[in-house]
Amino acid sequence: MIEIVSTSRCVTCDVCIAVCPTNVFDRGPDGVPVIARQSDCQTCFMCEAHCPADALFVAPLTHAAPDGSPLRDEAHLTEAGLLGSYRKEIGWGRGRKPGARLAVGPELGRARITPAPTPQGELTDA
Amino acid sequence: MTGTTPLDLTADVVIVGGGPAGTWAALTAAEAGADVLLLDKGYCGTSGPTASGGTGVWYVQPEPAAREKAMASREKLGGYLQDRRWMARTLDQTYANMNRLATEARYPFPVVDGRPHQRGLQGPEYMRRMRSWIKRAGVRILDHSPVTELLVDNAGTVAGVRGHRRQHGTDYRVRAGAVVLATGGCAFLSKALGCDVATGDGALYAAEVGAAMSGMEFSTAYAIAPAFTSVTKTAYYGFATFFHGDGTPLAGAGSQGGRSVIARELLRTGTVLCQIDQATPEQQTQMRIGQPNFFLTFDRLGINPFTDKFPVTLLLEGTVRGTGGIRIAGDDCATSVPGLYVAGDAATRELVCGGFTGGGSHNSAWAMSSGTWAGGGAARFAAALGAHASRRRLVGAGGAGIRPTGRPAAGDAWDEVQDVLRRQVHPYDKNYLRNGDRLRPALAELNQVWDRLRAGAAADPAGTPRLRQASAMVAHARWMYTGALARTESRGMARREEFPELDPAQHRRLTVGGLDELWVRPEQLLPARPELAVAS
Repeated sequence: MIEIVSTSRCVTCDVCIAVCPTNVFDRGPDGVPVIARQSDCQTCFMCEAHCPADALFVAPLTHAAPDGSPLRDEAHLTEAGLLGSYRKEIGWGRGRKPGARLAVGPELGRARITPAPTPQGELTDA
Repeated sequence: MTGTTPLDLTADVVIVGGGPAGTWAALTAAEAGADVLLLDKGYCGTSGPTASGGTGVWYVQPEPAAREKAMASREKLGGYLQDRRWMARTLDQTYANMNRLATEARYPFPVVDGRPHQRGLQGPEYMRRMRSWIKRAGVRILDHSPVTELLVDNAGTVAGVRGHRRQHGTDYRVRAGAVVLATGGCAFLSKALGCDVATGDGALYAAEVGAAMSGMEFSTAYAIAPAFTSVTKTAYYGFATFFHGDGTPLAGAGSQGGRSVIARELLRTGTVLCQIDQATPEQQTQMRIGQPNFFLTFDRLGINPFTDKFPVTLLLEGTVRGTGGIRIAGDDCATSVPGLYVAGDAATRELVCGGFTGGGSHNSAWAMSSGTWAGGGAARFAAALGAHASRRRLVGAGGAGIRPTGRPAAGDAWDEVQDVLRRQVHPYDKNYLRNGDRLRPALAELNQVWDRLRAGAAADPAGTPRLRQASAMVAHARWMYTGALARTESRGMARREEFPELDPAQHRRLTVGGLDELWVRPEQLLPARPELAVAS
């Protein structure tokens, strides 16, 4: 779920308020969006992808991160390079190459079925 | 019932829903000369499972052998309920649309061996471009504007919509020549990636004007995700090994052909572990490039999915990756109701997928193809109405959650619906591992909840969209279980524990319908096919 709107990074462009498909944000009194309805967040990361200032962070959990979680610690996330990491991965933003240009996944063959272990505990495919 | 109507609009064609199907419908209608208004309950460009994910596309070169192979590949899994003519025209339309995406929308396809690789689309990029493309074509877009009901004229022809602008706090009404429902399937707020906007609203609205559903029994889709997270990319789990909670192998488990083993273990112990240990280093790199969002979860939780064992869950995808939806009555994706058209996951996908999941490539091909047909059909219908279109008296068709038949009910209808869905629809032993002994009581309780919603649920204008979503989900589940109980065999993804075999006497589609009283109508038997088999 959305956890962070960075007050220092936000440029008050209102893009996240517009693009959030589940209408999680309200405009705050100072123009910085506030997370008004966190429980409606569907953890789709779209606000992050569209934020031009890398000011948002969506924790990859479908429930709110607990108090004290590193997923709510802006300094930690900045340090770890996670703030804005999705936008970087999909190559959005000035001077970047669109990730779609490279997006060729592996060939998908027949899905593996987990085999039964042998008496020795080894895993071998049938 | 909603209050005043401050915003009164007109359009030749209204498109409800701004995902792939809706945007292709809007584009086609606009190019046919129609004045088009697209309404999204969220935001056209980010709403729905396509925008937040990535998708393969059923893009096959127009060579007879390749097309034949493509059509034959999933027929058996789908229980031979597909229609070859619809498969062929979907392949044709998808081929044309994908080429237009490359040339006209300038989608940045990867280049492999000197040729554009057009068998997949990255969701955010695709839907961002669709939004700007339709705006360029003259389509007007209203975001955050959930439709709450269809409007009909005195002959029962669909002639507009009513809704609410949630960021402005005002209601709106649109008088229209034709309406396309591209509202998606229904995933019952499971938090599967991008699916919480897919609450089956269009199916409810269609039923309220007299349309029926088809294939609703094909709604047992569940996707693999790391526990407590949203990113569903089941295909990559084809490279995985699954384990019991104690780390010993969970024999028979797999992303395809072994998902029910995972469901049973989750029911039994609550824990299944996974490790994506069968991907070579090269494949691991390709996975990250192909689907960056797959790794968001792992990177942010500090998990190395290739070397760590992590817990997984199964998230309900219902008719998003099942194939049931509004029944189609014509090649232009008309429904049985004049003025109403349907596209994408809101429509049945049996014609292309039969009873097997359309996830991964078929659904995306269907969305862009059916969207194109529905948009064209709606534009032609609107044009044929002429000046008469704007002189009709309109009446709201909405029932449950908008026009209560009795006294206001006590308690919070939204909470009650969430609770019944969590107990009777999400659980693997109800909707996935189906048995009549568990389906019948589940359906009985859903019917009771429906009756209470119908009689007493009402809200102020701001609360109406939510009550309509609640009503839509309950209606959807009732159609699913009604279809499931009527199919006393196992075909495609609609398996019944007590009827494990495929029954040649049931080689036909099932139409279900009704709101307060539900009904099932078996369609004509389809021609016999060899080697009938059941999907697992």
